[in-house]
Amino acid sequence: MSKDILLDVKGLKIEGYSDEKWNPIIKGVDLQLRKGEVLGLIGESGAGKSTLGLAAMGFVRAGCRITAGSAMFDGLDLVTAPESQKRALWGTHLTYVAQSAAASFNPAHKLIDQTIGATVRDGIQPRADAERDAVKLYDSLMLPNPETIGDRYPHQVSGGQLQRVMTAMAMSSRPKLIVFDEPTTALDVTTQVEVLLAMRKAVREHGAAAIYITHDLAVVAQMANRIKVLRYGEEVEEAETREMLSNPQQDYTKSLWSVRALHKEPEQSEDIVLSVNNVDAAYGKVKVLHDVSIALPRGKTVAIVGESGSGKSTTARVMTGLLPPSKGSVTFNSETLPNALAGRTKDQLRRIQMIYQMADTAMNPRQTVGEIIGRPLEFYHGLRGRAQDDKVVELLHDIELSEEFIDRLPSELSGGQKQRICIARALAAEPEVIICDEVTSALDQIVQEGILKLLLKLQKEKGLSYFFITHDIAVVEAISDEIVVMNQGQVVEQGLKTQVLNPPFPDYTELLLSSVPEMDPDWLTDLAQKRGMAGAT
Amino acid sequence: MSDTSKMQPDTYSAASEVGAVRTRRTWSQRAWITLKKAPFSAWLGMIIIAFYVFVALFAPLLAPYAEADSSFAAYAPWSSDHLLGTDQIGRDVFSRLIYGARNTMGIALITTILAFVIGGGFGLLAAITRNWVDQVISRFVDVLMAIPSLIFALMLLSIFGSNAISLIVIIAVLDSTRVFRLTRAVAINVVVMDYVEAARLRGEKLGWIMRREILPNIMPPLVAEFGLRFCFVFLTIAALSFLGVGIQPPTADWGSMVRENASLIQFAQFDLRAGITPLIPAAAIAIITVGVNFVVDWFLHHTSGLRDEH
Repeated sequence: MSKDILLDVKGLKIEGYSDEKWNPIIKGVDLQLRKGEVLGLIGESGAGKSTLGLAAMGFVRAGCRITAGSAMFDGLDLVTAPESQKRALWGTHLTYVAQSAAASFNPAHKLIDQTIGATVRDGIQPRADAERDAVKLYDSLMLPNPETIGDRYPHQVSGGQLQRVMTAMAMSSRPKLIVFDEPTTALDVTTQVEVLLAMRKAVREHGAAAIYITHDLAVVAQMANRIKVLRYGEEVEEAETREMLSNPQQDYTKSLWSVRALHKEPEQSEDIVLSVNNVDAAYGKVKVLHDVSIALPRGKTVAIVGESGSGKSTTARVMTGLLPPSKGSVTFNSETLPNALAGRTKDQLRRIQMIYQMADTAMNPRQTVGEIIGRPLEFYHGLRGRAQDDKVVELLHDIELSEEFIDRLPSELSGGQKQRICIARALAAEPEVIICDEVTSALDQIVQEGILKLLLKLQKEKGLSYFFITHDIAVVEAISDEIVVMNQGQVVEQGLKTQVLNPPFPDYTELLLSSVPEMDPDWLTDLAQKRGMAGAT
Repeated sequence: MSDTSKMQPDTYSAASEVGAVRTRRTWSQRAWITLKKAPFSAWLGMIIIAFYVFVALFAPLLAPYAEADSSFAAYAPWSSDHLLGTDQIGRDVFSRLIYGARNTMGIALITTILAFVIGGGFGLLAAITRNWVDQVISRFVDVLMAIPSLIFALMLLSIFGSNAISLIVIIAVLDSTRVFRLTRAVAINVVVMDYVEAARLRGEKLGWIMRREILPNIMPPLVAEFGLRFCFVFLTIAALSFLGVGIQPPTADWGSMVRENASLIQFAQFDLRAGITPLIPAAAIAIITVGVNFVVDWFLHHTSGLRDEH
């Protein structure tokens, strides 16, 4: 075996305990990593990416067990090694960057102490040296004020900064292997670019090997030398990054970016069904919307794009009446709606429905599908008993589910199924407008495609108008007629899709559009050069 | 990797995604599976509770004499006629022990239910409104909780008189403050869920949101609290009865039975069984408290989602 192989996983099988039995999660996967190499692990949720990533460090979550295989790391089999031996490696030679940095930091300690904690504990460097080194790492990760940022507490820095501090923590001990588990999934696209650049630079400078786990092929293309595609706990295929992108062998791999192929021809319409007019809104004393005007044509889709904090969701709350505007008005079918929810009639409420980002929290976990869809039928249309059941079944067919789902609880549904049920609940009210708040961003690419196709079909059949809030340009391309770009509570640009997505762009639109990762391994490098950012090489 | 592509469809189809059916069990099946996995202590607790409930329900059939029948000799020793002897005015201790289950547990149960209706209702209201209503109720509850509850109960009972109704109402109000705190705390986490917002957007009334959207989701901690609260109420009543302001004679009650026969303890050196007599109602109180706690412990562990490591 070649000497520069750092990690060699062979025939690894992992099982997880649920429903009173052991179910296979990883069904025999091989994985090899050379020193200084970055391997991308990609697949849908439930494919076993995170489980495999952790197992590569010799770690299994509670309720899981390794049943077969080996993981040789630097001459030590992590599968059979005793806990004490592995613990000596964790945090120093093997480090981990979690998806949600905000949830992974201890809020009671300063960032610098957490960054160098393991390094000092294991005596790799004395405290003073480690602190000096951490400042250098902060600097190379392009964090602002690298000398002083370590004195802050986790809640005093932004999510993107925290993610970079976590990377610094993982780098502090000069590990041989870093496992990145979806480190940029929770970040905005513009922040993601910075974090990706910083991480790539840091990994390359220190020659660490890395496993990069993500569901976003475009992101992994920037980071990894090789890509391995996982599905149902098995390897689908593995290849060099460029090879994988230009010539994927398996149909499944091709389907991973199918949502990016969806495209809708935009149509113009002057028949406005819902509009917000010169709206200002505030949470307490903090003003979040400044003179926002948006119009939604009947039977069309308007996509609102922008980063988090740009006021997208607040605009939706103003439309629904949850947040009465301090100035301006909401007009529906040319009549002005009462500002507050309590002032609106049942019929006005019925005509504007909402679908949420997290289908998990949008459905009461104690109610069955029949109850969830049945309630608006009873509430708005007075349907009960047999008639209600019949209508629920009809709606289930509309969303391409069979009638056996009627007795299920939300916990017995997959992510895509849940979002479909939420769509059915909105349809049950027979609305004219549906506000979709990031409805696909929590879903896998393939499932996203299914939901978007369903929404398009329903729009055609029922003449629905959608307000589509999203930060994903691929989704915008797939579903919208018009686009509204928002930044810091203001509308930057508004117009037909063809107009907005073609140059010339206002500065902010340009920044937003260019930050969306592309399926090109050189994209990040080119972008960094264009913007003159550090870490371009 | 090649057999994956044969087994699973490679391109997306709605049918394959929506067709993935997970096994579904009825409520009773799930309950039985849960029960089967319950630890020994939980089973013991359930058997104890079932036994007490049985005794309470069928007290008139099980007891050899009426609860207030004082037609026997006072302080009679244990015998075949009077299994546990008689008390200071000649009532059969065994019969009173059996009736005591009915009275003490019945009153404790009614009190606990009342405490939950009051505390739970206001707790939900406070959690949903989160405005001055919440402030007013919460500060009032703070005031009530600032006063030691046993002393407060003693004071109120001496003002309103020691009858069953005022006993129930006073203890229920005092204990409802704890229920209020818990309900408000767990409900606040549910109120912010999207499905509650969805219900508000639909135009649902406050009562419906409380009953249908929030209550079912906070039931596990409330059920556990119900068990614990029942124990506390039970002990409070027993303590008040022991002090003489609780359940009044001739109604049989374990707390007052301990007090009435307490002097028998000093005769233990002459007749051990006489010495044990006042300890038996005390043991009855202790055992039901332990039994309920066993069940609550298991229930809390089960619903907390903590998974045993395998």
